[in-house]
Amino acid sequence: MTQKLIVIGAGMATGRMLEALIDAKVDYDITLINGEARGNYNRIMLSPVLSGDKTYTEIVTHDDEWYKLYKIETRFGCFVQNIDRENRTVTLTDEEVLPYDKLVFGTGSNPFMIPLPGHDLEGVIAYRDLEDTQRMMDLGPDHKCVVIGGGLLGLEAAAGMAARGVAVTVVHIMGHLMERQLDEAAGYLLRKALVDKGITVKCTANSKEILGENGRVKALLLDDGTELPCDLLVMAVGIRPNVKLAQDAGLAVGKGIHVDDQMVTSDADVLAVGECVEHDGAIFGLVAPLYDQAKVAAQTLMGEHAQFVQKELSTKLKVTGCDLFSAGDFADGDGREDIVFRDPARGVYRRLVIENNVMIGAVMYGDTTDSNWFFSLIRDKTDISNMRDTLIFGPAYQGGTPLDPLAAVAALPRDAEICGCNGICKGQIEDAIAAGASDLGAVRSTTKASGSCGTCTGLVEQVLAVTLGDEFVVPAAAAICACTDMTHEDVRRMIKSQRLMSMPAVWQECGWKTSCGCHVCRPALNFYLLADWPLEYQDDPQSRFINERKHANIQKDGTFSVVPRMWGGITTPDELRAIADAADKYRVPTVKVTGGQRIDLLGVKGEDLPDIWADLNAAGMVSGHAYSKGLRTVKTCVGTDHCRFGTQDSTGLGIKLEKELWGSWTPHKLKLGLSGCPRNCAEATCKDIGVVCVDSGYQVSIGGAAGMDVRETELMVQVATEEEAIDVIKAVTQLYRENAKYLDRIYKWMGKVGLDWIKERVETEGPALVERFELSQSIYRKDPWADHVQTKADRYQPLANLSLEAAE
Amino acid sequence: MSDWIDIAPLENVPQRGARMIKTAFGCVAVFRTAEDEVFALDNACPHKAGPLAEGIVHGKSVTCPLHNWVISLETGETQGADEGRVATYPARIENGRILLDRVFLKARVAA
Repeated sequence: MTQKLIVIGAGMATGRMLEALIDAKVDYDITLINGEARGNYNRIMLSPVLSGDKTYTEIVTHDDEWYKLYKIETRFGCFVQNIDRENRTVTLTDEEVLPYDKLVFGTGSNPFMIPLPGHDLEGVIAYRDLEDTQRMMDLGPDHKCVVIGGGLLGLEAAAGMAARGVAVTVVHIMGHLMERQLDEAAGYLLRKALVDKGITVKCTANSKEILGENGRVKALLLDDGTELPCDLLVMAVGIRPNVKLAQDAGLAVGKGIHVDDQMVTSDADVLAVGECVEHDGAIFGLVAPLYDQAKVAAQTLMGEHAQFVQKELSTKLKVTGCDLFSAGDFADGDGREDIVFRDPARGVYRRLVIENNVMIGAVMYGDTTDSNWFFSLIRDKTDISNMRDTLIFGPAYQGGTPLDPLAAVAALPRDAEICGCNGICKGQIEDAIAAGASDLGAVRSTTKASGSCGTCTGLVEQVLAVTLGDEFVVPAAAAICACTDMTHEDVRRMIKSQRLMSMPAVWQECGWKTSCGCHVCRPALNFYLLADWPLEYQDDPQSRFINERKHANIQKDGTFSVVPRMWGGITTPDELRAIADAADKYRVPTVKVTGGQRIDLLGVKGEDLPDIWADLNAAGMVSGHAYSKGLRTVKTCVGTDHCRFGTQDSTGLGIKLEKELWGSWTPHKLKLGLSGCPRNCAEATCKDIGVVCVDSGYQVSIGGAAGMDVRETELMVQVATEEEAIDVIKAVTQLYRENAKYLDRIYKWMGKVGLDWIKERVETEGPALVERFELSQSIYRKDPWADHVQTKADRYQPLANLSLEAAE
Repeated sequence: MSDWIDIAPLENVPQRGARMIKTAFGCVAVFRTAEDEVFALDNACPHKAGPLAEGIVHGKSVTCPLHNWVISLETGETQGADEGRVATYPARIENGRILLDRVFLKARVAA
């Protein structure tokens, strides 16, 4: 006799189970009961429905026709009143009694509602079913919505509504979004993308109370007193398995309905699948394990042996434009190593977590095309030691001999993208080479490949090597020094991505081969750390070249030169008198006027430095940093003050600029010039940053040089006001500080990243760059001379004087 | 026989740093490594007499501030391709203080 099967709940798991049963043509009379007045639909596709990318009919998995076709009895919009397991019957709320031989629970989960005061107000909803989705869709533009919960569901709700023109604020209790799936770095990129979509994101925000008016939600009140007005409040903070019915029926229940590996509950005739179950202590919210359970349950019902095994899970966020993937375990831990790849220009972030040569986790943002491959490596616990070097680049780079990157590049198809910034494919580079480009520079100038952020430089060189064969020698990636195999760029990426905030952290995480670096890498690391972490990192004088340690320029005989700052090249008789007095008092052998419009006292003894500084300080002068990889001078002409050609107050702006920028550390020295008219008497166009005043404003140009190389600056931007000029210069200085290799002047850096890239960043991120510059200056904009006179004058004296010891 | 002179507390020389001592016969640089070892060498690079006490200390080496010659603190010998040697003197730490051997003064006289 045909057995009777009753399924409670038409969700994704039961839908899949029914399909499996139908496919196997099993002999069951099936009745499907569902509280929602509809059948199975693809619940995870509610977000595309919300955002308008899909309609409800598109996400229905089984329609009435289907149930009819396969003779499945339906009871939609019906609820179960009770279950009599002894007599094996189910009673519906309308008193209908249905007998069963096998019963399957697919009661799903209930959204968790935080019991905040006001949670029962009209307009406070969860995000669970089509009704909730409809409520959100009904909220037209010009309405405000608050979403509590910055997890997968909350963000999909937020993005969907934002796409419909609703002003959305996401309130998240943790420090970064989707903290269960993402690390901080990816969370940051995600937040940026959402903010770009017009969504306001508040992390580390505690909700206190939901405020209402006439029974309707009006606003969300946060702990800190912030009030977020809203017409609709969506709580998406998590789900709880719906176990009430099972509990009432006397089944074993914990967090969810207990099931064994065959999806059978504590009653051999009752099974459970989906979000309502608890298997081996775990509950389930993502779709992949639900489908596995459905398959196992179907086989169990057919009398076949099957076993449900919990597997690694992966997550993708269904928000247009936020390409995000996370799988496995990516928390830091002993014995775990990270491989990280970042391309800031494309907003790409990849992090692989490795333990014992096996990938155990991955977080990807911005480019998730290879996520399936990475996921399979995690799932299959593949030993990755042979492809470790190229692992992070994905499967396309694993062809051929694992450790030969050339073979991997040779295996790439012609349409494989090499340069992401400029969208240049391998074929275009090959064509350029065939047309005569025979080195990196030529390829770069003809195709633009590697001409922006430069991250793909190595790849372009490999394409050259593969195409030209022996005619081309790949320049070895220049490691910083013998202490490491990593390049400056690698290390800067590591410092940023791994949030390395001390030198030992860098040595450790980047695998330094020496105990404490050397005179080449330490000054570079010291700069990178203080530039990236101005508040967290403490400047290390012992890692600085003597000039920056003693704030004076060492001369060939071991004496020093002392150059007080003359703001914008302007001085006074009093200052000059103080300089003259100091020169006399400390028997300074040479007094010279410098090219940067100030006065150099050469030949000062090391022991005398604190004293001469104290004297100059007393006359109101400070260090001119004539010795630093930092702001040197702002050379000016007299501008409108005196000159009959001057168009703007170039001297005044020069002084302002110098007062804003002084004390800042940069990858190499930074010299500015400011000319009051295009006659350019201050020689602004061969400085690192030059400003030429014109009638209509200020032409800011960068990348000049007048040293080993002589270069003219290139125009970056023309602005109308002094304030804009100062901001633009701060922004480009900060961009240079954050991105350039140590000891690259601006022109060298510009040669690598391209002026266009610099322009775009300054234009799009100007205020943020200025803010970070100011943050750093809050620490470094001070006179090191005064500081040393007060705190370490004794360090300038001999440790001991044994001249009088008898030499018997 | 050794005759140790008490020079200064160890903390007066920074880790990975050096200080200079004046003697009647020239200057001696006293180095302190990250591992708190102390070394004493002539304060003059064999290349152009650069003041080694002003160099960057790394591992058990110092880099001369003038032209980046690297000198071993243990042997006084230049590292790498450069050739030369700096005189070294016995130094040790006792009760947190740096001691130098008085004999080194004599050695300097003889030199």
